[in-house]
Amino acid sequence: MNLSIKIGKLKLPNPVMVASGTFGYGVEYAQLLDLNQLGAVVVKGIRLDPVRGNATPRTVEVASGLINAIGLQGPGVDGFIKKYWPFLKTLKVPTIINIWGTTVEEYAEVVGRFDALGGVGALELNVSCPNIKKGGAQFGTDLKLLAQVVAACRKVTKLPLITKMSPNVVGIGPFAQAAEDAGSDALSIMNSYPAMAIDIETRRPKLANVTGGLTGPCIKPIAVKLVWDAARAVKIPIIGMGGIQNAGDAIEFMVAGATAVAVGTANFYEPQTPLQVIAGLREFMEKHGMKDVKEIIGSVQIVK
Amino acid sequence: MLAVLMLEQTVQIVSNERDTDSYFRLVLRAPLIAPLIQPGQFAHVRVWPLKDALLRRPFSIFQVSGDTFSILYKTVGKGTDALARLGVGEELSVIAPLGHGFTVPERGGETPLLVAGGYGMAAMYLLAQRSPQRGIVFVGGRRRVDILCETEFRALGWDVRVTTEDGSHGEKGLVTEPLIAELRRKPPVPHRKVFACGPTGMLKAVGKIAEEYNVPAELSMDEHMCCGVGVCLTCVIPVKTGNGWEYQRTCTEGPVFEARQVEWEETR
Ligand SMILES: Cc1cc2nc3c(=O)[nH]c(=O)nc-3n(C[C@H](O)[C@H](O)[C@H](O)COP(=O)(O)OP(=O)(O)OC[C@H]3O[C@@H](n4cnc5c(N)ncnc54)[C@H](O)[C@@H]3O)c2cc1C
Ligand SMILES: Cc1cc2nc3c(=O)[nH]c(=O)nc-3n(C[C@H](O)[C@H](O)[C@H](O)COP(=O)(O)O)c2cc1C
Ligand code: FES
Repeated sequence: MNLSIKIGKLKLPNPVMVASGTFGYGVEYAQLLDLNQLGAVVVKGIRLDPVRGNATPRTVEVASGLINAIGLQGPGVDGFIKKYWPFLKTLKVPTIINIWGTTVEEYAEVVGRFDALGGVGALELNVSCPNIKKGGAQFGTDLKLLAQVVAACRKVTKLPLITKMSPNVVGIGPFAQAAEDAGSDALSIMNSYPAMAIDIETRRPKLANVTGGLTGPCIKPIAVKLVWDAARAVKIPIIGMGGIQNAGDAIEFMVAGATAVAVGTANFYEPQTPLQVIAGLREFMEKHGMKDVKEIIGSVQIVK
Repeated sequence: MLAVLMLEQTVQIVSNERDTDSYFRLVLRAPLIAPLIQPGQFAHVRVWPLKDALLRRPFSIFQVSGDTFSILYKTVGKGTDALARLGVGEELSVIAPLGHGFTVPERGGETPLLVAGGYGMAAMYLLAQRSPQRGIVFVGGRRRVDILCETEFRALGWDVRVTTEDGSHGEKGLVTEPLIAELRRKPPVPHRKVFACGPTGMLKAVGKIAEEYNVPAELSMDEHMCCGVGVCLTCVIPVKTGNGWEYQRTCTEGPVFEARQVEWEETR
């Protein structure tokens, strides 16, 4: 049974990775699960300098979901390389670095730093974080800026580039195409959806940042639709994510057109989820007599 | 990296009984987890019947006995209400032990002065039990029913000073009042050290008092959590650094912080 897939030139042992920001830098979960069984480890978003992040409360639980406004707290490139890279580079599975910046130049500079580091599996460009004023979603919701960022990063690296797409656009097709045309090797769909929760007694927003990004099972149908739309617009592989809790959810994304998937919010309440998804995927393939996981990709049947 | 040793386990409920009013004691059989537990650490509990409320709930570990550990919880919302409805033999998923706990005094070292408000008592019992020398425990609550495990602390031979806001038990007033009286006492108890757990307002007051009397203090902070293991960055508090402050994780660097590290000006 073949579970391996490719993202650009990067080969993954299986299509199940973890979503940026929900798995720290890998090491935190090392005592709870065998990281080497994952398709890839994807780390929390990193920019050039350390970032303090937003005030608290930073997250709020809502029906079948979570709203977060962490504000991309992180150690910066140097802090990451010093503190987390020594562990990550010992893993047998690829590490994908999620990066962001406030300008096109900063994105390219961070990409350059990780290109020079050596041993990185791929770079994921976060152009879709709803929780920071400058940078993030600003790039992912403007076709021109998106193309500029991706092209600038493409120039400075041969590493596979994954563009992490915003769901907050009228149609994802043109954005997916813009990223592909600018040289992106793959797309991650989707980042969190802008959202808000209010305490009716105090009349105050439940997040210090007022608004945040919605994730978890409640966004899954939205994400599946976006993957399906994007899959018809581009040829590059798509990493589907948004509310995956079990193998069935992951397979649904793949049937819609995703080549790989990522488990996000579910890690917080069930850290074994990614491994359960891999096991369930094998069972599904066995049950349906499939030899290669690629048989699932884009197999959706639309009866006209 | 902090060398925390944690496990995720499905554990069975040995008992789940009402303590006073809206407080319950839940005993779990967890033979692999129990021996690892240090005072001040917590368990992250998945309450399966919650269904669409996805997150685990954090609770301080109260007592450890053989292959079991317990938590002492107050019903305040959907998770704790659902927990209270679970019966003997039912199962829960826990990730434990988590966090960086209290520094247990050395033999002949500090004399612990414990300050606890409400369910904060739960976090302090193991510390009292494992401290080589006895100390004083200051317990505060709104009403008589909010004073928990007084008998257990007395059974350990500790001096227990109770305060309630409505005066229904012990002295009327706030838990900080007898603490201040003790800190003013001449001659002072040698090598005093304050350890506190309770609502953030109380912790802030205790931190200021400890600073004023120049007594070291460790505070167990209460912050909302998602992952409980350090990946999501939900649970942060502002902590002083060489040249300013940074956000640190209550679930990993904490929940116990040195009082003088906390940058109160930046807390909500
Ligand atoms: C380190 C630590 C130790 C704790 N120890 C104890 C203990 O020993 N006994 C005890 O009764 N309680 C303890 N708490 C508080 C306990 O976690 C909350 O009361 C509980 O999460 C409430 O869940 P709920 O679903 O009933 O409430 P809801 O209000 O329905 O919960 C909604 C969300 O808010 C979170 N939340 C609500 N109140 C708190 C709170 N005070 N602290 C953190 N998160 C909260 C919940 O986890 C959940 O994500 C501790 C909290 C922390 C951080
Ligand atoms: C707490 C939290 C932090 C996140 N941080 C990042 C981040 O740093 N970079 C990024 O590209 N996406 C980030 N995300 C988005 C996730 O990677 C993922 O796209 C999203 O959560 C949808 O998947 P899920 O529903 O399975 O969680 C974050 C999500 C959460 C919940
Ligand atoms: S609760 Fe996730 S980092 Fe502390």
